Amino acid sequence: MDAAHLRPGADARIEACFRFAYPGFTLEVELDLPGRGVTALFGPSGSGKTSLLRALAGLDRHREGYVRVNGALWQDDVRFVPPHRRAIGYVFQESNLFAHLDVAGNLRFGWRRIPPSERRIAFEEAVELLGLAPLLTRLPARLSGGERQRVAIARALLTSPRLLLLDEPLASLDRERKAEILPYLAQVKRTLDIPMLYVSHAPEEVGRLADHLVLLEGGRVRASGPLQETLARLDLPLACDEDAAVVIEGAVVDHDATYALLTVEFEGGTLLVPHRQEPPGTKIRLQVRARDVSLALTEHADSSLLNRLPAVVQEVRALDAAHALVRLQVGPTPLLARITRRSAEALGVRPGTRLWAQIKAVAVLS
Amino acid sequence: MTLTAEDWQAIRLTLALAATTTALLLALATPLAWWLARTRSPWKGPVAALVALPLVLPPTVLGFYLLILLGPVGPVGKLTQALGLGILPFTFSGLVVASVLASLPFAVQPLQQAFTALGEAPLEAAATLRAGPWDRFIHVVLPLARSGFLTAGVLSFAHTIGEFGVVLMMGGNIPGRTRVVSVQIYDHVQAFAYEQAHALSAVMLGLSFAVLLVLYGRGTPSAGR
Repeated sequence: MDAAHLRPGADARIEACFRFAYPGFTLEVELDLPGRGVTALFGPSGSGKTSLLRALAGLDRHREGYVRVNGALWQDDVRFVPPHRRAIGYVFQESNLFAHLDVAGNLRFGWRRIPPSERRIAFEEAVELLGLAPLLTRLPARLSGGERQRVAIARALLTSPRLLLLDEPLASLDRERKAEILPYLAQVKRTLDIPMLYVSHAPEEVGRLADHLVLLEGGRVRASGPLQETLARLDLPLACDEDAAVVIEGAVVDHDATYALLTVEFEGGTLLVPHRQEPPGTKIRLQVRARDVSLALTEHADSSLLNRLPAVVQEVRALDAAHALVRLQVGPTPLLARITRRSAEALGVRPGTRLWAQIKAVAVLS
Repeated sequence: MTLTAEDWQAIRLTLALAATTTALLLALATPLAWWLARTRSPWKGPVAALVALPLVLPPTVLGFYLLILLGPVGPVGKLTQALGLGILPFTFSGLVVASVLASLPFAVQPLQQAFTALGEAPLEAAATLRAGPWDRFIHVVLPLARSGFLTAGVLSFAHTIGEFGVVLMMGGNIPGRTRVVSVQIYDHVQAFAYEQAHALSAVMLGLSFAVLLVLYGRGTPSAGR
């Protein structure tokens, strides 16, 4: 057990260390994550995401493990706090609602077991946050998949957890239902200051919710870092994906009603985005796909493209015989461009090159 | 066609035996079924087979072995004497012990099925919602497995009412102490008292049907799950 070097004094951290093996699978991870915001545990199925989450919750007990969450020690060589004594909230892939209790009964199950002085979320607040008021007297069997997951999320929140663990809460839902739940999760993130570990293999959910990204591969941590940086790392499979994209966090500064364009300011520049009006100052997340970014040595003011940003090339990497991936920086903000190798050579793109990133499309994530 | 005082005594004794047996069985079968439903021990198979034995064994065989075991020179009999409990065969307590064993599979099997069907998921959810082991059992397992408990209770009760062979071997035929309805009917038939046998058999038929109706007469047998 090699956990001694993990800083036991650091408070707002989630520290964990596990080594265990199942037949055909070994998990060996060491995590030191920020104790605030949303951390996505991302990776293909079979990479150990769920096993890791279950170990963190104490649902599976492994001999070699260390878990310390924001100052509370849950597991080390001598100590193992059983799951019901850990201040966690857990949202399972299948909602796991109690079939014999109605929605209100499910919500109260954990809430009643928390001493009133330790409750930080009111019953009504959770009901309101997840839009459950019309469902309170329904039995789980009479809920849709999306409604069930909303109940499961509210039920977990009502235990006032120090850490909310979500195991692919949207995986069992179809596309429409997913789109229906994501705003609720974003709202939970905005409203409540509860650190979340969010297991997912859907880049869309990660881009929308996560602040920090842990990439798991074959039971090991391949990368761990702030979302924006990690998405733009050329040495990771994320950037090599056909749909590779970066996330840009910014704030609304203006809205042009004539053309329905939102001006969003981020560290390094501004972007114009077709979007409905939002109050100035609203935090907003934008997604820019690598394949929607083209490069030019001079600014093309006569182009139809609205967004042209001055950028500096950081790194270039050949993707295949035809394509290259370029990591750029607009101010401190990373950006990816997927261009042809021929163009890269013609333009002389190499680290340090100053050029213009022309952005064809920007998607609003939240 | 009326029931005699002895008939009524047999009915009371049968009901008392069935009620006691059912209560004991539920207490005993619950942990056993829980263990069988969740264990990965190599003992699971042998224990499950042992529990199921009364289903296939002639009741006389079970009764015979119990008589030997619990009798004055049997190992259990010696123990009960040493403990000051006396000898169990030919007493009501002896009948209870025999009935519990004879009806064991009727209690264990439905409970085991209910616990298996329950799975880990609701228990894990409850654990993450701060419920400790007993809390989980009382507030999650009991309500979710209630149809299993109902089935176990009803089948144990009904099977004990219908038991004949084990009772005859273990309890003999002592009026007021061990003479249950099934034995009383046998006696009536032996004595060619067909009218009495008819009356008492009709009571048994009605009673057994009523008990089973509790189980099968519910709108949807799976509503509890």
